[in-house]
Amino acid sequence: MPEWTPRLEANVLLDFEGELRDLAAYEAYGGYAQLKRARAGMDPDTLIAELGGSALRGRGGAGFPTGRKASFLAPGAERYLVVNADESEPGSCKDRELMLRTPHALLEGILIVMNVLRLTRAYVYIRGEYLTESEVLEAAIAEARAAGYVGAPGPDGYVPEITVHRGAGAYICGEETALLASLNGFRGQPSAKPPFPAVSGAFERPTLLNNVETIATIPAILRRGPEDYKALGTEQSGGTHVMSISGHILRPGNYEMPMSRTMRHLIEDLAGGVPGGRALKAVIPGGASSPILGPEALDILCAPEALAAAGSMAGSAGVMVIDDTTCIVQLALRTAAFYTHESCGKCTPCREGTRWITDTLQRIEEGIAAPAEIDLVLEICDNVEGKCLCPLGDACAMPVRSMIKRFREEFDQHVELGYCPLHETSSLSSLYPQPRSLLPLATVSPS
Amino acid sequence: MSVTPDTLYDAVQAEIAKYPTRRGAMLPALHLTQEAYGWLSPEALTACSDAIGFSPAYCQAVASFYDMFFLEPVGTHVIDVCTNLACALRGAGDVLEAFEGELGVRVGGTTDDGTITLRKAECLGGCSWAPVVAVDERYRERVSPGDVAQIVGETRSAPAVRHA
Repeated sequence: MPEWTPRLEANVLLDFEGELRDLAAYEAYGGYAQLKRARAGMDPDTLIAELGGSALRGRGGAGFPTGRKASFLAPGAERYLVVNADESEPGSCKDRELMLRTPHALLEGILIVMNVLRLTRAYVYIRGEYLTESEVLEAAIAEARAAGYVGAPGPDGYVPEITVHRGAGAYICGEETALLASLNGFRGQPSAKPPFPAVSGAFERPTLLNNVETIATIPAILRRGPEDYKALGTEQSGGTHVMSISGHILRPGNYEMPMSRTMRHLIEDLAGGVPGGRALKAVIPGGASSPILGPEALDILCAPEALAAAGSMAGSAGVMVIDDTTCIVQLALRTAAFYTHESCGKCTPCREGTRWITDTLQRIEEGIAAPAEIDLVLEICDNVEGKCLCPLGDACAMPVRSMIKRFREEFDQHVELGYCPLHETSSLSSLYPQPRSLLPLATVSPS
Repeated sequence: MSVTPDTLYDAVQAEIAKYPTRRGAMLPALHLTQEAYGWLSPEALTACSDAIGFSPAYCQAVASFYDMFFLEPVGTHVIDVCTNLACALRGAGDVLEAFEGELGVRVGGTTDDGTITLRKAECLGGCSWAPVVAVDERYRERVSPGDVAQIVGETRSAPAVRHA
């Protein structure tokens, strides 16, 4: 198991050290008390009002207000809760930590929602690579079953059931319509909305779909009271959120912090800044799909509305820190190559556009591109963004465009010099060897 | 707990019971089939089809969408090296090269003795513990090129794993 980052300030969700994996430990911490409140008879309007009052916004990337989302769920005899545990956005690893450290917080959140909204069954769609995490969840469900929270009738006869559903390796299945297609037993390809999941989702029934962190936060909100929770954040984004930080940073990890704190607080105070005396070059604030920011990112609040105003997005809170040894062309290329690999192939702008972006960036990195090819990449980005069935195309075009706009001189240098000027220092270089003709002869092996 | 070709049918029926439609159990059925057969061979897909009630072609069509299902034979162990942004920023490319050198195979290849398949993975969700390497789906974290020989040695001597 990973070493967990210590609790550095008053947390809401991760308000403990180490792990609370056992049901007994979670109950001693105050767990399942809110479920008992819900089982004693909480009506949907109360839950929706509490969630609304907390200003909790979805933690999966879109940041939609959770209370409003719950209010949209259509009536029906058969309705489902689907928890999105397909955490796949490069830079984001918070849901994994939540499931490993406090699986019962997720289960309590699920059971509160199910009991109040009377849902037929809950499915936790967990990415297939999270094998250990799915085993931890299964063990927690078995404990909750033995305690009578799952699979047994409550005071009014309602029986909640939870199924862990493993994905099988496909980034796009984090997108809600693709996730539902995959859960329904099809290839995990997205579809146009409407119908929205709230009307026709899992098994073509009304479905509430929320991220792991969103659901796991619900017990804490009910415990503290929505106003208290909201006060930790901003007017539009209540409470705290768990930020993943990675890349060139002294103490990478997941840090829970109030929405009202700056990126500087996360990068410098909590995570110790850029190591080795090197300078901060750029920050990717919300996972690989978010537009890149320069060092000015330090003074921006980490709340979704603040990052949006700065021209980027909070996304799934995966912050990647980049130091001055790094080649931005390689960074753009690695980003684009990922989305090319993950494009499902269903719609043309994404399938063709992502590949051409990657191929052209590869030529720029190798120093064999013509000067006009930099603008060609921008033009392809324009032909992808906003023209695809789902957000995957945008997720490729937005960061690539931002990297070219902000670091244009670096792209120009590659073309003018005919090689990568940062190849000696950049940590991505081993993935992108320079063409053999550029290497000193002694290093070229005869093979 | 581990499923075999003989117990596959019953194991799939137990999964079907958790879903309102048979099709809902498609991914669990494919995971179980791969666990029973090691990879999704034509024979395995036929067994999956018998259990779930969709044609072998449909089972294969679904399986081919996902990175974790093997439609070609693999080694008895699979090593996935994440090379996505967060891992690449912390030297995943060097880790991958070290694995290629230690195993004597290129990415996507299997060692001559059929024990280890080396793959390049997209983000495994361990960004803050980069670089991440998944050995038979169990994560090794903050891996450096110097750790590679030991990981390979341990993997070679571990019992064969059927991939679920």
